[in-house]
Amino acid sequence: MLRYIIRRILLLIVTMFITSAIIFALTQLVPGDVARLILGREASPEALEQFRAEFGLNDPAPVQYANWLVKFVTGDWGRSFTGTQGPVRPLVTDRIGNSLRLALMTLVIAIPASVLLGIAAALRENTWVDSAISLLSLSVVGLPEFVTGLVLINGIALGARALGLPATSAVPDNTLADWIRQLILPAITAAFVLIGYVSRLTRAGVLDELKKPYVRTAILKGLPRRQVIFKHVLRNALLPTITVIAISFGWLIGGLVVIENVYNYPGLGALMVEAVKQKNLFVLQAVVMVTIFFFALANLTADVLYAVLNPRIRLE
Amino acid sequence: MTQLPVIAAQHLCIDYKLDKQWINAINGVSLAINPFETHGLVGESGSGKSTLALALMRYMAANARIESGEVLFYGENLLVKSDAEMRRIWGRQMSLVPQDPLAALNPAYPIGEQIAEITRLHEGLSRPAARQRAFEVLERVRIADPEAVARKYPHQLSGGMQQRVNIAMALSTQPKLLVLDEPTTALDVTTEAVILDLFRSLIQENRGAALYVSHNLGVIAQMCDRVTVLYAGEVMACAPVDELYANPLHPYTISLLASIPRPLSGHETRLPTIPGVAPSLAERPRGCVFAPRCPVALQQCFDEKPPLEEPGPGRLVKCHRWREITEGMLAVETPHEPMADTSQHPAPTGEGYVLNVEGLSKRYGSHTLFSRLNGDKSRFVQAVDDVAMRVRARSTLGLVGESGSGKTTLARCIVGLETADDGRILLLDVIIPNALRRRSRAFLRELQMVFQNPNDTLNPYQTVGQALGRTIRRLKTEPLTPEHIQARVIDLLAAVRLTPDYAGRYPAELSGGEKQRVAIARAFAANPALVVADEPTSALDVSVQAVILNLLKDLRAREGASYLVISHDLAAIAYLADWIAVMYLGQIVEEGSTEQVYNIPSHPYTEALLSAIPAPDPRIKQGNVRLEGEVPSAAHIPRGCRFHTRCPRKIGAICEQEEPPWREAGSGHRIRCHIPIEDLIVLQNSAP
Repeated sequence: MLRYIIRRILLLIVTMFITSAIIFALTQLVPGDVARLILGREASPEALEQFRAEFGLNDPAPVQYANWLVKFVTGDWGRSFTGTQGPVRPLVTDRIGNSLRLALMTLVIAIPASVLLGIAAALRENTWVDSAISLLSLSVVGLPEFVTGLVLINGIALGARALGLPATSAVPDNTLADWIRQLILPAITAAFVLIGYVSRLTRAGVLDELKKPYVRTAILKGLPRRQVIFKHVLRNALLPTITVIAISFGWLIGGLVVIENVYNYPGLGALMVEAVKQKNLFVLQAVVMVTIFFFALANLTADVLYAVLNPRIRLE
Repeated sequence: MTQLPVIAAQHLCIDYKLDKQWINAINGVSLAINPFETHGLVGESGSGKSTLALALMRYMAANARIESGEVLFYGENLLVKSDAEMRRIWGRQMSLVPQDPLAALNPAYPIGEQIAEITRLHEGLSRPAARQRAFEVLERVRIADPEAVARKYPHQLSGGMQQRVNIAMALSTQPKLLVLDEPTTALDVTTEAVILDLFRSLIQENRGAALYVSHNLGVIAQMCDRVTVLYAGEVMACAPVDELYANPLHPYTISLLASIPRPLSGHETRLPTIPGVAPSLAERPRGCVFAPRCPVALQQCFDEKPPLEEPGPGRLVKCHRWREITEGMLAVETPHEPMADTSQHPAPTGEGYVLNVEGLSKRYGSHTLFSRLNGDKSRFVQAVDDVAMRVRARSTLGLVGESGSGKTTLARCIVGLETADDGRILLLDVIIPNALRRRSRAFLRELQMVFQNPNDTLNPYQTVGQALGRTIRRLKTEPLTPEHIQARVIDLLAAVRLTPDYAGRYPAELSGGEKQRVAIARAFAANPALVVADEPTSALDVSVQAVILNLLKDLRAREGASYLVISHDLAAIAYLADWIAVMYLGQIVEEGSTEQVYNIPSHPYTEALLSAIPAPDPRIKQGNVRLEGEVPSAAHIPRGCRFHTRCPRKIGAICEQEEPPWREAGSGHRIRCHIPIEDLIVLQNSAP
């Protein structure tokens, strides 16, 4: 087991190395001259040359890559081209913190809701309860996030003002009340996307397990129904669900581009869009590296969790 | 007979919902099991025996409903009880030993916990006390190290151990009724014998009643006191076991008993068969359900359902003609289909050998870069180890052994589905390449295979005609017009006794036996010299198995082909094979003619295999040579004689250190054992 985890971590490092090369190559392909873009049409050749020299844009691509990679690994993520032209790293790590807060809030809503809905649908297969849950979860999945987001903003934040929920979400301070106040709407929006999928998966998992002979064994032991479902069935039915939730964590950190924009929340996704708009090369590289890292980490967590929870794999 | 039966069904009718239509699966069944009785319930697949058995525990599938009738447990009707009331009965007063031992255990919990939760629930034991009880019941099912096994997960145990765990679970509360639903069907014959011994003593100790469900007439004969025969959801007959086997009254029972292949009897003749297939439950015949297949059916039988009558004390029979049968006025002759014309190929064994295998070996797992990257230790699994064997022209070589003996791997190497690592394969005296892709079309034509499960071997989206036509086109030697191919398809169908209209059917429209016939027709599409058949009848019912065995025998005579037949069923293989090779852990340990192998002297392993066969006759007691332990993993083959870890006739250190020599027992009969032939004869003759 330990060997397995070590091997997976080594694999993660290799993955990061390969993606870093791809990211670097892609940013080289961005059309236009960065220096001219930043300094504007009227910049003098001398100024352009000075800018290029300052940011190392004149070196051959492999050298630029090597320099960038070494610096990135040692924690120097370069300087922003825009604004105060400050270092990139604190900017990005701040945003990671913000994204983690939103991701956590989303999971707290999405996991219990989708698992319970999935179980309820499976236990009442082919009844109106099942149909209603299916219909609800499928329609929610079908709606784009900006639609659900705008509906929530207009309906709840602006409509039901008594609740006092803000239409744009700021980073919460460390009180539970503020977490809920600031994050509940964007978290619900993101959770909607997850709930549809995860509840279908849970339903399928529970139905699959219910057909297995060990469930009959459990019933014929005389166990109460609650124990049959929650102790015997769920323990096996939730394995694929847990994996999917773990993988979705990567998406929650770096992929909430639309939601963060709708709610004007300063997460990683929003920063990525800004960086693209401004051709802010080093910021973009750093954000994409971090996002990919979280995706890879989520995948690793999913695999390790699956192995840990499944004795058939854990004990191999 | 005034004592209250432990469990009784009265006029029970059960329906299943299929495609929005209720189908009657159990039709008016009555059955009673008395205290201390082991009651057998025998029937073919689809007869409703599992449904009935579970219904006696008041356990129904979600799409089933009890239409009418009663289930009485010590006189109390279970059908009116609430779930909460049933939960006090389930696991405490009645329990189930299921068919598939692994699937019946929860993969996520250790064995000990799964046993302990029963006594915690029903006897209110504390966690440590329940754990202690779990160790005790594991000991009762003869598990040597209960504390270690209790910590294990189901997948870490062998099939035999898994079933012991299920038995331990069922017996942990000393239930009044034990339902055993095909409990040994998934096990090897040697393991089955050990588990059956265990049942005998445990049922005795438990002092409750048991219902033993099986399709295997041998197991039923060995285990039960009384037997109920079920057909298409109706009771055909019920009788004390001795009477049922010695003096069957119902034509179905008579035909069923006649169609079982028995080792060394009827080898030269055809097996009697039951024509047709069991009726679809959606179109239940109006009269007797067995009439369409009954050799002695009258018009009355088709028109009018016979009553369940009592021909003697404790006997029941449902037939219009049982009186004639009892009085000997009516002999139920099961139809003997005419033996195929064998005049073209008179001698069963031809000159020379079709197949010659020399030094064949197959290993799995290797020391590749990939396996090292994955952190695997370099483990070789030696599935087949230096095997030599020959198949004589127009004869059948039977290859027998337990699962894990390497027999299927050997067959797949010969056919080319696996590539042998070492050794030579000669087909018709020509060396053929071990790798399939290097074999020419001509070799493919001469070497065909029939697989175990006919459901998986036919493409569900191709009609029978398309499947056969495709094989004919692929393997043709000359250009064929579509008409020729069509004609050949019809020929092939006729050869396996199917009418031409089967060409237009899809596999889903065929029964299991019909599918296997199509698979056999496919194998014969290009007049092969050798057909390799891997367990060709083990997925089929007894009555269908007889049809396929006859067919294989006819085709051999007609087409002049030879067979390599692989089976774990020593009775079925004795019927087909002229020559038998016994395999253990990748090696052949004995070979000889069928008579030689089934008689004394035999290799101790063969002796154990033969001893384990449950004879379909309660008067013939099962042999008592048992194999202890499990087949060792092929990754860790024991030194010396590879059978020494389980051999009941081990003679000493020599068995552990030296590979045994081949010893000749005359006329080509060879045994690989340290014990000299003369000593084997003495030992095996004096066996009780």
